[in-house]
Amino acid sequence: MTATINHHPSDEVLLSYSAGGLAEAFNLMIATHVSLCDECRARVDAFDTLGGVLLDNGDVETADVGADALAKTLAMIKDGDPTPSMRKKSIPGVLPQPLQDYVGGDLEAIKWRSVGMGVKQAILPTSKEASARLLYIPAGAAMPDHGHRGLEMTMVLQGAFLDDGERFGRGDVETADCELEHTPIADFGEDCICLAVTDAPLKFNSLIPRLAQPFLRI
Amino acid sequence: MTTTTSSSSMEWAEHVERIRDCKDQQAFAELFGHFAPRVKAFLIKSGADASLAEECAQEVMATLWHKAHLFDPSRASVATWVFTIARNRRIDVLRKQRRPDPEDLPWGPEADPDQEDVLTLQQESQQLREALSQLPVAQKELIEKAYFGDLTHSEIASQTGLPLGTIKSRIRLALERLRHAMK
Repeated sequence: MTATINHHPSDEVLLSYSAGGLAEAFNLMIATHVSLCDECRARVDAFDTLGGVLLDNGDVETADVGADALAKTLAMIKDGDPTPSMRKKSIPGVLPQPLQDYVGGDLEAIKWRSVGMGVKQAILPTSKEASARLLYIPAGAAMPDHGHRGLEMTMVLQGAFLDDGERFGRGDVETADCELEHTPIADFGEDCICLAVTDAPLKFNSLIPRLAQPFLRI
Repeated sequence: MTTTTSSSSMEWAEHVERIRDCKDQQAFAELFGHFAPRVKAFLIKSGADASLAEECAQEVMATLWHKAHLFDPSRASVATWVFTIARNRRIDVLRKQRRPDPEDLPWGPEADPDQEDVLTLQQESQQLREALSQLPVAQKELIEKAYFGDLTHSEIASQTGLPLGTIKSRIRLALERLRHAMK
């Protein structure tokens, strides 16, 4: 699909996605990235294979099911599939399907809120342990200078950003933790749209954004 | 060695095909007899009580029936597929969260998986099973904890010492062929 993704999530995060240990916001990040990246789809499938082996190997524990379990299951099957056999197919657009499921459509469905200096954001509804939001950064503009308290992953959906001498384009994921102080800048040419996911509130290094932080929920 | 060790994995894949093609209840009963007790044990280890685990195991097996047409034996063994269904059910029921899935890659009518690909993938899943059984107990327990317990990503060591790279390359190849066939 896209041949030029150079920055991928770590094995730890992909294994955790496969094992079911990630918070919803990070699951959304990985599902979105994998939709664009066959390399990581194969890595996740390999970790899923390990899950299958753990479920079904020679010395795995089993728990007896009730004597009527098969009959009950067959009755359940007769009632039909409770979930649609295929999810509603998204219209090909800038947002991969997992994101369209959360936004309710492609770019035009995003409810942006301005956070100043042309930067806009839209918070997505996920469980509370971590947060996911879409960021809109005008071409050539900097994201507010910030460090991190937890883990943050940022993935480019449109345009590109430059950070610390590296370029991140569509599908690329930048992973940052507490050690990194960084200032991504949107590349010239096109406004940049990113998915950013974090498990702790960001701290900004200039005074005004820091004051505004509790109201902005970032 | 490879043909005999892959036989059970291939057989389960054929069982799923029989469900898909002729709604074969006998094939389903055999799959149920093998996998339902394993799914139930997995859910109990993940924190469900016995009656919830029983109910979920039945739902997982019913899903296997309904989604049989989505099973792709060139990318997963039946055990892998059952694991992913059970894991999603666990997140849904025990953690009450959505688990976003990647965009589907449905098989087109002209894109049936290559039998050679299927056989190799099934063999390699079997080899992974053997490699796991030869790991030191402590390492095996750590991997189990990552999958069945609730380790966070930072507590997980992704260096499992298992030949996952081979499987990844195999699946990558199957994906490339699929993309090519869908063009």
